Amino acid sequence: MYIHKTQSGCVGNMEYTFSPLGDQAVMIAVEAAISNLSQRKVNAIVARLDEVAPSWMVEYIPAYTTVTVIYELGEFIGKHPPFEQVCLRIQEILIGVQDVADTEQRIVSIPVLYGGSYGPDLDFVAEYNGLTPCEVIEIHTSGDYTVHMIGFAPGFPFIGGMSEKISAPRKETPRLKIPARSVGIAGMQTGVYPIETPGGWQLMGRTPLELFLPNEHPPSLLAPGDKIRFYEITIEEYKDLRGDDE
Amino acid sequence: MITVIKQGLHDTVQDLGRYGYQRFGVVAGGAMDPFSHRVTNMLVGNEEAVATLELTLVGPHLLFEEDALITIGGGDLTPMVADEPVPMWKPVLIRKGSELRFGAARAGCRAYLAVAGGFDIPEVLGSRSTYVKAGLGGLDGRALRKEDILRFNSSSRLAEVMKGKLVSGLPLRAADWQITPKLLPNLSGHYEILVMRGMQYELFDEESRHHFWNESFTVSSQSDRMGYRINGPTLRLRESIEMVSEAVTYGSIQVPADGNPIILAADRQTTGGYPKVGQISSVDFAKLAQAKAGDQLSFKEVTIEESQRLFIKQEMDLRVLRAAIRNRLR
Repeated sequence: MYIHKTQSGCVGNMEYTFSPLGDQAVMIAVEAAISNLSQRKVNAIVARLDEVAPSWMVEYIPAYTTVTVIYELGEFIGKHPPFEQVCLRIQEILIGVQDVADTEQRIVSIPVLYGGSYGPDLDFVAEYNGLTPCEVIEIHTSGDYTVHMIGFAPGFPFIGGMSEKISAPRKETPRLKIPARSVGIAGMQTGVYPIETPGGWQLMGRTPLELFLPNEHPPSLLAPGDKIRFYEITIEEYKDLRGDDE
Repeated sequence: MITVIKQGLHDTVQDLGRYGYQRFGVVAGGAMDPFSHRVTNMLVGNEEAVATLELTLVGPHLLFEEDALITIGGGDLTPMVADEPVPMWKPVLIRKGSELRFGAARAGCRAYLAVAGGFDIPEVLGSRSTYVKAGLGGLDGRALRKEDILRFNSSSRLAEVMKGKLVSGLPLRAADWQITPKLLPNLSGHYEILVMRGMQYELFDEESRHHFWNESFTVSSQSDRMGYRINGPTLRLRESIEMVSEAVTYGSIQVPADGNPIILAADRQTTGGYPKVGQISSVDFAKLAQAKAGDQLSFKEVTIEESQRLFIKQEMDLRVLRAAIRNRLR
């Protein structure tokens, strides 16, 4: 690892390293690269942290190959340096954690109105890949996708599993405003923008579903590990589902 | 109750942040200068997490429709009532009908206005902090505007005792004591900031690492609550890497491919994919929050052990301060 100061642990068949992310967080790294195994390990650690929910843990942020635990530094006033104490406590918590295969996966179906003013880059993505827009939609809707992590913006899913037949580079000049609920492609990734933000993804269409739900618990439609299917809808269906004039 | 007569550049309601939802991509937010936020709350007898107003560079004009015990701390945005400057870092009784006017920044960048009892604003996802980009929290998820009305919650017993002591016919009456200046940051425009090595520090080439610790950087005008862009020597990796997105936090110093660092601040996104050269010590968030465009930053290396020791020392100082304020307010 490239980290200047790490502590490592090994429990059962799971190895990981600890590195400080500032003075109030510790990053647990399970693998160097993204894989199904890294995802399972991250999920297993998260499940254990949820189960134990130590009082000194403020929250955690799971990512592709890491879980970062934010802690209450004030709770570690004592003889040992607080960072070391935190690592030891986490090691104890993770004893016996196995990277078992996920037992239950949710499947979330996401309706998308493709093309037109809702997906202004559909034609570009088609042309770039030597396909017709219909073929692009066909490939995009037949993919088997997994949510790897939520980050970047409230409720924004990082989704893996897109066919390389419809991959497309980011726009050279990012748009200043991408409408909320836009479905896009960037490189080998596909995703949905929950809120209006600037961004460089190629826009394929828009979903009537809200991904960020500030008044609900949890406030995100999607969670890491979810399976996703996209399906095509018409403008009439889109308007029915929105129930407003957008 | 306060009525906004004239809005400032960017006045938002903030508390200590929205924690527990970063795993869903919800930014933590909260006061940019948590030290000033906490101390101003203490000085009006509030719990430290109570929402304050964060005022940036040019502050608002606020009409007080009732008597209120307030404290202003952080950057000096030249607060005045009538023609009288309002002293900072001490409890002040503002009488009903008075207008509190902030001007331009004389020192620092962000002032905090705490009111005894705090602002009567609903919590969203466990916090009153305003996150403008998602329209979350605060007053309708946005910065204050002319004609907005902010109501107060009822103040603590301590605050009521203090109010009783300060009553007079004047539009403004300040306590005859203040907190020791040695606890307060020096708002000079050149800030030496304590930094730990970042998660990818070793990946930067030797020259870049040398520059990072030995040169100073200028705060760019493209700096806001999300992050500070800083200009100085460009920082290069020994070889380019394809990084996997991972968590970032307040004070993470990211370096995109162009070599110009970005310091992530309160409204940072939850994850990032750029290498991190450094990580600012929590005790120095206050300095960063008070730096404005054109100010100089230089970075001094600390270990995590030292950074955590300094944090704990500051917590102890704040405990002592809290006890001293309680004695004074009594």
